[in-house]
Amino acid sequence: MLTKRDLELKSVQYRKALLRLIRACGAGHTGGDLSCLDILNVLYNRILRVSPETFQSPDRDRYIQSKGHCAEALFVVLADRGFFPEKDLETLNRYGSHYLGHPTRDVYGVEQNTGALGHGLAVAVGLALAAKMDRKDYRVFCLLGDGELTEGSNWEAAMTAAHYRLDNLVAIVDRNGLQITGSTEDVCQLSPLDEKFEAFGFAVRRCDGNDMGELVRVLEAVPFRPGKPSLVLAKTRKGKGISFMENVAKWHHGVPNDDEFSRAMAELEAAEAAVA
Amino acid sequence: MELAQANLEVFSAALLELARENPDLLVVTSDSRGSAKLASFVKAVPGQIVEVGIAEQNLVGVAAGLAAAGKNVFAVSPACFLTARSLEQIKNDLCYSDRPVKAVGISAGVSYGALGTTHHSLHDYAVLRAIHNITIVAPADNFETREGVRAAARSTAPVYLRFGKKRMPHLPRVAPGFELGKASLVREGTDLSFLACGETVAPAYEAAELLAKGRIHCRVLSLHTIKPLDEKAVLKAATETGGIITVEEHSVNGGLGEACAGLLLQEGIQARFKIVGFPDEHTVTGNQEEIFRHYGIDGPGLAATARNLLARAGRIPTLQSKPD
Repeated sequence: MLTKRDLELKSVQYRKALLRLIRACGAGHTGGDLSCLDILNVLYNRILRVSPETFQSPDRDRYIQSKGHCAEALFVVLADRGFFPEKDLETLNRYGSHYLGHPTRDVYGVEQNTGALGHGLAVAVGLALAAKMDRKDYRVFCLLGDGELTEGSNWEAAMTAAHYRLDNLVAIVDRNGLQITGSTEDVCQLSPLDEKFEAFGFAVRRCDGNDMGELVRVLEAVPFRPGKPSLVLAKTRKGKGISFMENVAKWHHGVPNDDEFSRAMAELEAAEAAVA
Repeated sequence: MELAQANLEVFSAALLELARENPDLLVVTSDSRGSAKLASFVKAVPGQIVEVGIAEQNLVGVAAGLAAAGKNVFAVSPACFLTARSLEQIKNDLCYSDRPVKAVGISAGVSYGALGTTHHSLHDYAVLRAIHNITIVAPADNFETREGVRAAARSTAPVYLRFGKKRMPHLPRVAPGFELGKASLVREGTDLSFLACGETVAPAYEAAELLAKGRIHCRVLSLHTIKPLDEKAVLKAATETGGIITVEEHSVNGGLGEACAGLLLQEGIQARFKIVGFPDEHTVTGNQEEIFRHYGIDGPGLAATARNLLARAGRIPTLQSKPD
């Protein structure tokens, strides 16, 4: 089992791989990738009962990435976990490749095609409901962007999750507070998200979504209450780990130029040395 | 013609038969179990229905998740909402994601009559035809409904099933059997062909019977599968008969008629051709029968359209008849 320090080291290494990937293919949702990468790291290295060997098992835990535009982060983590060779990602976005800018089931390890926002939670609800019907003990984790919570379909799915008492469902909100236009609160106020999800029947816990220790502690504690779906409100920083990208909306899908890439990698090298 | 059951009733009965055979068959509804005639289903297999309330996007998303876990899912909702409000879920969560959910549009077309355009689905063939990886089925009568439901249950890809709610007559068949993607020959003839689907096959057949009294013999095909289209049957109708009239409870834009027209044009076949459906205008108020009559989708109206088409072709003398 990876320790907190192991996870921290992985998070830096994932960031390096992510930036290399985005740099190589010339596209990506850099800011959101960086905000949710630590959540993916903890999920795939500590929480999810799934591996390349068990991915076809009906009893595996499921992970649905509703914020599909952060596919690069998912691909980096899946490659590291051995779902496919990292070299495959050299074809990302290339003509004819099945690695494209959003997750698809053509990529081994991906559960559901996503990309249009507000779709993942309902699919996760269906999977969790099937587990209850079949008396299986797999869990379903769904990562949501905060910006996508203005899609009403999320709240339809939330009601259904609570109605069917889906305590095997864990929704995680990557609460980085920014979307493409700017602050989520300026675009359309979301706060207080904890109270909103509680009102919709979820058991809610907050955590620092870029802190390995907090993420492990919270995600290992699911379900938070028997009979209720769990909601993790993970406070993150968009662009986390690269000083000049943090909390800057333009990095939503910014691609670093030569200078920015060098500076970013230098910061990550320093961070890696500090952790090691 | 003597009326049998509504296709919707047959759908419900067929589904119950299938559910009893397969405990993994589920119906997901959006407060639509009453409209879908599912009371007996709920009573018989209460554990095989999932209610999501009035939330059509959620209906399809949840159905996709259930299917991802291996369930054989029928997602049932009025066609007007299912194929508009949750179109993106059909496109992405079912078709793009290869989840073989059966999306069942009930009370389709103008079945809701005077409830108006909010409740009409005259767009569904058009939008779904443009989405990859879905079969579109509109059964004509009770037989096609039962067989269509059973075939859809076996399908490993998404299917859209479309039902009206009025009682339908049993239609005769020249050849037995039912196969998705293969037209049913309801009546043989060489003067003209009616290519119809869903609840418009019955008036097309009625028109053919009327025309037969004047020694105009029409072929009637039920193109119950709008996609994939039975291209062979359409091409044969164009080359073996004196013209084609397509009939559908749908906008004339983007539906069965245009599918057939596009096929013929690209195959280089010129045929006398008329699309009968709903023109691009606000739909007149009335019940389904009145609306059908208004747009010439009834036996006499279709017979008049046929005579006009043949008259223009010089096949019969010009008649003073209802304009098409």
